[in-house]
Amino acid sequence: MNIDWFFIIEKIALISGVLALSLGVAMYSTWGERKVAAIIQDRRGPNRAGFMGLLQPLADGGKLFFKEEIIPTLSHRFLFILGPSLAMLVACMTSAVIPWGDTLTIGGRQVSLQVADINIGILYIFGVVSLGVYGIMLGGWASNNKYSLLASIRAASQIISYELAMGLSLIALLMLTGSLSLKDIVEQQRHSYWNVVYQPLGFIIFLICAFAECNRTPFDLPEAENELNGGYHLEYSSMKLGFYLFAEYINMFISSALMASMYFGGYSFPFMDSLGLDANLITILGFVALFIKIICFLFLFMWVRWTIPRFRYDQLMRLGWNIMIPIAIVNMLLTGAWILYKQG
Amino acid sequence: MNTQQVIFLVLSAISLASAMGVILSKNPVTSVLCLILTFFTIAGHYVMLNAQFLAVVHIIVYAGAIMVLFLFVIMLMNLNADVEPQKRNWLKYAGAISGGTLLVILVAALRDASMPSLQSGSTDIGLIANLGKTLFHQYVVPFEISSVLFLSAMVGAVVIGKKE
Repeated sequence: MNIDWFFIIEKIALISGVLALSLGVAMYSTWGERKVAAIIQDRRGPNRAGFMGLLQPLADGGKLFFKEEIIPTLSHRFLFILGPSLAMLVACMTSAVIPWGDTLTIGGRQVSLQVADINIGILYIFGVVSLGVYGIMLGGWASNNKYSLLASIRAASQIISYELAMGLSLIALLMLTGSLSLKDIVEQQRHSYWNVVYQPLGFIIFLICAFAECNRTPFDLPEAENELNGGYHLEYSSMKLGFYLFAEYINMFISSALMASMYFGGYSFPFMDSLGLDANLITILGFVALFIKIICFLFLFMWVRWTIPRFRYDQLMRLGWNIMIPIAIVNMLLTGAWILYKQG
Repeated sequence: MNTQQVIFLVLSAISLASAMGVILSKNPVTSVLCLILTFFTIAGHYVMLNAQFLAVVHIIVYAGAIMVLFLFVIMLMNLNADVEPQKRNWLKYAGAISGGTLLVILVAALRDASMPSLQSGSTDIGLIANLGKTLFHQYVVPFEISSVLFLSAMVGAVVIGKKE
């Protein structure tokens, strides 16, 4: 057997890096969320732990770890533990196919800043997203509490409904790019305009669906505390609750990275090929550019949460099925017609 | 044994064990979860055959959509061991006999089937580009007909759903 050990070490380092990055960003998103909320509501936000409250996420994490862990007696014990684990696992899996940057050249080796450049990248993400619903459903059911069950069923039906429109908006994008690999999609945008120029409607549909898939306001009905006592994680305590909340922030980070890669050029930035800089430096600058785009999207997620009130459940379903899906289909037809027209 | 054979054996062992779990477990939710695990291992086999598209579509359609609906129904039915009706003995015998007959037919049908091994040159046959070209050139008529079938199923679901 001739195993390329450097390849394995490189991939392990990359996977650990991406995982640490997603966890770190998710951690500081909780801080960012509170700061954004505070600014919008004219408050100060967390400012006790460390400079500007920057140590607040650590304090929260520590608190969650040391809280007493309660598993309800009548719950299904195994599934009760499996639920948050699945939510966390699925949230971390998506990052594998996102191109975090171009290639770095280290000691004569080309190191791609993408864990796996598979030729079905977008479908992989779609598959993993469709699995995200299991963690919520199992957790809600295993708690043996009717409010948890109701909330988890709400969450599941919401995710299933918005997956359809999301998939349709992606099909329109794929017709344009002709490739399912995220790396190819980013490389195409590097040499021409960003995809959002060609797919403005598709992007808006995808954005709305991403909000719904992440269970974020205005679609945070699974957690509507005035109706459901806190949602599907009602019976959870300690770090299991932390995992559910944390998975939501990781999902937010990943969807921001996805939107940045698919519609806003990913790691490419204007004039990146005409600067005449070293290739490695360009790659690092590209990573920084991607990160700035991601932070803009994260801010958008938070801005919307503290601005727009929650939908009613029937409104949510009507928006998903009667408005988003028809618009997505029209967008798909328009894209097809445009491609035909371009081909002459 | 090379790496591929080891992966194949591990995958097959898990898929057989979880498939047994589907029928042996008393709790229907556990059965569903075992079935999902089975689907994952089958998707793993597809990846081993370099059919990535098939693998991921398998996961999206079966694990991501159909099994979610299964889980929905089972969770809402609120099945416990106490309220589950006891099955009669003759029902068990009938099940065993019909299952055994199916096994005999399957073995008889597959016994003489010729199974040509895949040529080593065609390892990228399952990649999405090749699959798409084959579907839209060689098999375009069956493909379009089946798409009409799916559309009619969707329209039917909407009509049933709209009925007051």
